Amino acid sequence: MLDFSFLLDPTGVEEGVRYLDWVIQGLKWTLLVSIVAWCIAVCIGIWVGVGRTLPPKPIFKLVRGLCTAYVECFRNIPLLLQLFLWFYVLPEVLPVAWGNWLKQDLRHVVPWTSFFAEYVFATWGLGLYTAARVAEQIRAGIESVSAGQGQAAQSLGMSLLQRYRFVLLPQSIRLVWPVLTSECLSLFKNSSLALTIGLLELTAQTRQIADYTFRTFEIFLVSTCVYVLISLSVTWGMRAIERAIQPKWSRS
Amino acid sequence: MMLLDRIDWSMFSNNARYWAEGLGLSLALCVLSAVLGGFILGTILAMLRLSRYAIWRTIIVAYVNLMRSTPFLMVLFWFYFLIPLLVKMVSGSSGGINAFYSVLIAFSLFEGAYFSEIIRSGIQAVSEGQIQAAQALGLTVWQRYRWVVLPQAFSKMLPILLTQCIILFQDTSVVYVVGLADFMTTTKRIVERDGRIVEGYLFAATVYFLISFLASKAVDTLKKRHSR
Repeated sequence: MLDFSFLLDPTGVEEGVRYLDWVIQGLKWTLLVSIVAWCIAVCIGIWVGVGRTLPPKPIFKLVRGLCTAYVECFRNIPLLLQLFLWFYVLPEVLPVAWGNWLKQDLRHVVPWTSFFAEYVFATWGLGLYTAARVAEQIRAGIESVSAGQGQAAQSLGMSLLQRYRFVLLPQSIRLVWPVLTSECLSLFKNSSLALTIGLLELTAQTRQIADYTFRTFEIFLVSTCVYVLISLSVTWGMRAIERAIQPKWSRS
Repeated sequence: MMLLDRIDWSMFSNNARYWAEGLGLSLALCVLSAVLGGFILGTILAMLRLSRYAIWRTIIVAYVNLMRSTPFLMVLFWFYFLIPLLVKMVSGSSGGINAFYSVLIAFSLFEGAYFSEIIRSGIQAVSEGQIQAAQALGLTVWQRYRWVVLPQAFSKMLPILLTQCIILFQDTSVVYVVGLADFMTTTKRIVERDGRIVEGYLFAATVYFLISFLASKAVDTLKKRHSR
């Protein structure tokens, strides 16, 4: 009943390209978006999370306020709309020359694809959105490290930067690692929204193949399995790192 | 200021009715799938997950993990083409089914998996002594859940469940991909017809932001009152 042989059929759109190649191309975009967006999310998320936990001194007031505003803005607008804001609205509100560069020249920056603009906006949007969520987890982690740790570090004469770098962050990242794993998975799943701004990632390719072949059930089954397999591998990978970053005395 | 001058305010008054209808659909979808999928299905799944029969536990774990490792868009597309097929098979008519119901079913089944994990941890946080006391009083499993475990679990989990509902409200914007006329889709249509990209999308963002932000502040207040 189920027949997967269509995957090896030529698409008839491009010379020598099979439907299977479309699946692989889609998967490539999904992974590229997810990995780079995750790097952006972690880098920005840690800084914003730290910013929200700075000591209550007047000089840090502005930083704390800005970081809170960042988190509230990016958490309370749907991701889909955020992608639209970056992709459609940003080029319009920038000075005309910059806007035109984003709209026309950005996609030709690299020679091997014509989707580069979509890719950049999808990655950027997804990364900034997830950064707000990562920041909240990091903040929760830092706040649950006991206050004595920070005070002890201070009495040892450590600077603020050293306290975060050597005492607070290592402990809090260990604490919130399981939650970061699930944020990483949501980012991977959210990458499918990139299809709304025209990036042909895995979900978009799946739909396209379904439209071309009418093998809707089979191709959705294939893609769902691919998503599940990658999600499982991410979970396993993050668990392996979780074990590796536990201090030696607490390993069982 | 230049930006403000360029705004064409008439687009808001002209389209207020469409936007209101779209927002109504978004809210209806959010509330219905939170109640049907989140609270009702979520509770059933959580209870089965903690059942003493291994077969139920296995099925529910598999279901929850499948839902949690698949993008919602995938689930949405699955149901969008599967449900009409199923309806056709059962009723024999090819009239099809209202898109709203397909989407509602997809949302309910998907959110049920997420809510069930929250509810399960709520159930497990109810102290052992409570359950033993209920057993000692001779309550059946159902009575235990109905009168002892679930009321305590829900009162403890309510802030987290409501936060999940706010996330669900934002997620309803995804129905844009199947063209159901929610707030997001309505915005896109108005923006494309009138060619006012900046105002339209910024307005939509403001509305989503205000609703989610105020709702999450309300949940925070509830949480504080709870912990007192």
